[in-house]
Amino acid sequence: MKRIEHLSRREFLKRTGQTTGGLVLALSVTAACQPSGNGDESAGAAGNFEPNVFVNVRGDGVVEIVCYRSEMGQGIRTCLPQVIADELEADWGRIELIQATGDAKYGDQNTDGSTSIRRHFDILRTAGATAREMLIAAAAIEWGVPAAECVARDHAIHHEASGRSAGFGALVATAADLEPPAEVTFKSPTDYRYIGKSMDLIDGFDMTTGRANYGIDTVLPDMLYASIERSPVLGGTVKSVDDAKARAVTGVHDVIQLPGGTSPPAFNPLTGVAVLADNTWAAAEGRAALAIEWEPGANGAYDSGTYRETLTGIAKQDGRVTLERGDVAAAFDAAESVHEAIYYAPHLSQAPMEPPAAAARMLPDGGCEVWACTQAPQAAQGTVAAVLGIEPEKVTVHVTLLGGGFGRKSKPDFVAEAAWLARETGRPVKVTWSREDDLRHGYLHSVSAQRLVAALDADGNTTALRHCTAFPSISSTFDSAATGPSSGELGLGAVDNPYAIPNLQVMAGDAPAHLRIGWLRSVCNVFHAFATCSFVDELAHKAGMDPRDHLLRLLGPARQVDPAADGAEYNNYGQPLETYPIDTGRIAAVVRKVADMAGWGRELPEGRGLGIAVHRSFLTTVGTVAEVSVNADGRLTVHELWTAVDAGLVVNPDRVIAQMEGAGIFGMSLALYGEITAKGGAVEQGNFDTYPVLRINETPSAINVHIMDVDAPPGGIGEPGVPPVAPAIANAVFAATGRRIRELPLSKSGLA
Amino acid sequence: MAVDLTINGQSHSLDVDPKMPLLWAIRDVAGLTGTKFGCGKALCGACVVHVDGQPVRACAFPVSSAAGKQITTIEGLSPDGNHPVQVAWRELNVPQCGYCQSGQIMSAAALLARKPKPTDAEIDNAMSGNICRCGTYPRIRKAIHRAAEGQS
Repeated sequence: MKRIEHLSRREFLKRTGQTTGGLVLALSVTAACQPSGNGDESAGAAGNFEPNVFVNVRGDGVVEIVCYRSEMGQGIRTCLPQVIADELEADWGRIELIQATGDAKYGDQNTDGSTSIRRHFDILRTAGATAREMLIAAAAIEWGVPAAECVARDHAIHHEASGRSAGFGALVATAADLEPPAEVTFKSPTDYRYIGKSMDLIDGFDMTTGRANYGIDTVLPDMLYASIERSPVLGGTVKSVDDAKARAVTGVHDVIQLPGGTSPPAFNPLTGVAVLADNTWAAAEGRAALAIEWEPGANGAYDSGTYRETLTGIAKQDGRVTLERGDVAAAFDAAESVHEAIYYAPHLSQAPMEPPAAAARMLPDGGCEVWACTQAPQAAQGTVAAVLGIEPEKVTVHVTLLGGGFGRKSKPDFVAEAAWLARETGRPVKVTWSREDDLRHGYLHSVSAQRLVAALDADGNTTALRHCTAFPSISSTFDSAATGPSSGELGLGAVDNPYAIPNLQVMAGDAPAHLRIGWLRSVCNVFHAFATCSFVDELAHKAGMDPRDHLLRLLGPARQVDPAADGAEYNNYGQPLETYPIDTGRIAAVVRKVADMAGWGRELPEGRGLGIAVHRSFLTTVGTVAEVSVNADGRLTVHELWTAVDAGLVVNPDRVIAQMEGAGIFGMSLALYGEITAKGGAVEQGNFDTYPVLRINETPSAINVHIMDVDAPPGGIGEPGVPPVAPAIANAVFAATGRRIRELPLSKSGLA
Repeated sequence: MAVDLTINGQSHSLDVDPKMPLLWAIRDVAGLTGTKFGCGKALCGACVVHVDGQPVRACAFPVSSAAGKQITTIEGLSPDGNHPVQVAWRELNVPQCGYCQSGQIMSAAALLARKPKPTDAEIDNAMSGNICRCGTYPRIRKAIHRAAEGQS
């Protein structure tokens, strides 16, 4: 049962603007239940019934469902209508999906944090159930029978006693005049038709026939194609430009300098010089002919090799204490032995297959219309508005399919570039980033160094752990004064340590940023899980124990962990711990399951090994086992992966399996190869030759996925499969060779 | 200057720089956007099309070299989108974001045309030039085997 509030549009916006975390859910549910025709956005077209902003039942019976989340491969354009259609009792074949523009009326559209199902499941159910209840009410009025005697089934309302039934379309006129119900009852899970089923991809036909449209595919009449040369160094400025040769290239129309270069960088365009031409190729040719002298500025001294030493030095010192349990100092004094390790992981680039691309045109009324592969439609709207100096309401953001996102497309800098150039040229403009642009001018996953020190007793029990994590913060992208890890980032795998270690201290090492830092699929969980899950494996060998058995011992008895009880500022991915606990019993169950799947403990030939890692992130626990071998030349092969995932309720099992398979590949890419370095402030990599990602010939023979059957609310899916992959492989390398690798990527250690 | 191309059976006379990569002639000039850009250096395979039946990286293939030849893009692989590879792709729900899939499907179709029953090793060899960042590789392998059964 979900309480439905009636809020005015103004009140809704006001409250939305002031809220964070869990309250957003309640307010968005309210948004889902705005009655139509109350002086705002949701008045339906004549003859239609639009009970809320997400559902419109047309007079012809077709149910239009608005997908207000961005599709980037996670399958949300299939899963979102599954939930609404299920509660509505709509036929799958009679729904039409409409992709929402960026608009606050939809509530949170920011497609990141693996939130689309976990945070919107109730919103979507409410949207469907509200429409269903109103259609039932309409039928009851038309037939003069109690609503309680009517049921929705197969795209129609039925009154069993009288044998009457009416299709949704026939009830639209009556339903449209009704007030939405004050509260709705959700279907019983036993009655689900689509939720929990592996529905085929809604976009499967388009994606296999070249019809699917991505941001880069946008074509507007009279459009110019732009290619932009940006400052090689963050914060650099143009000293001089000679564009004569660029302008001489056939097809080039104009060369324009972007203002850009704000500090902090936020979502704003970078300093650059744009070449605008008749087609993408001419723009790139013109750009190559530019002669630009850059003033690198303060970040010109940044060298990632030197910085590594600095960062490691910071991790070795005691940082800001962000969690403290027990008496760590006393435990170390009493320790039988101490084990210490330093872990390092470099910058990474998301490198979605579709590089950032957006098209824009100015409208006669001074507004602007953009088409973009954005994860953040409302941020795109706001950024474009700010760059153009117009009201956000005057900016329409059409959300295309995203050719991968992985966090890169949460930042709409490229959308603002297109809008700004459209205004400057007076013509529609499409900006397409090259692969080199993408790798050199992105928002990188942060570089990190971590020190872990454990105190062990005579039986090899871990009595105390100190974990100091040092990395430049994503906050630096938005706040020049930000100095180091935020509490939000520390909640991604550092302070939410689930292990039954009686004395625990988590510290943060402050470190400045010299590149734009941003989110990458599972964010800080990548390096926190790599260090923690590897170190736990080290402790198993210290204790002379089997890694799986040790992992279970360290997880301890089934219990719920609350980092806040030990002084940490912890927000649990925006959800209460009561609903989404850190439950060591559930984590242990995942460990047992994935070990069983992999045949843990079986005999392996010389040079082969199994490694295990488990990590909870985005309210989901994933355990991974890797089987690897290292040959005489040091060549690493990952033969097979096994993954068990506890994500609570699952809407589309096949999409969950697909995300876990993909996370295995994404995790292998960063484990084996991923590394962005910088010299003189400039990124050194440029394309897939210098920034390799995994290919099919390196893909394990199988990635086996098991979804745990757990009666719990849905957790995240897009990201949590990634973190355990790298440590599972590194632990397997140790099992195979006795070599402990504490640095990513593994290729740096002569493997891969 | 004009370059005469036959794309999906249709004649096009395109006024382009002969050095322009075929990819941009197809996308920006002929207006067929199913063929994708991913790297510009023949490293990722997102732009694979068939030229006289052979898989070619259109991003690094001058449009002039395609003059007078039969070019097939994803839009022209089959009249109704039901090439056995496309059917198998949908049956196994291979795509995630879908962006690289045009190139994957074109490479797979070319493989099956010359090797109707490929082994896993032959699939890996033929498909290793096509990057998928979403990680659909395990399903691509299965779908190629499925398509091989479907077309026999």
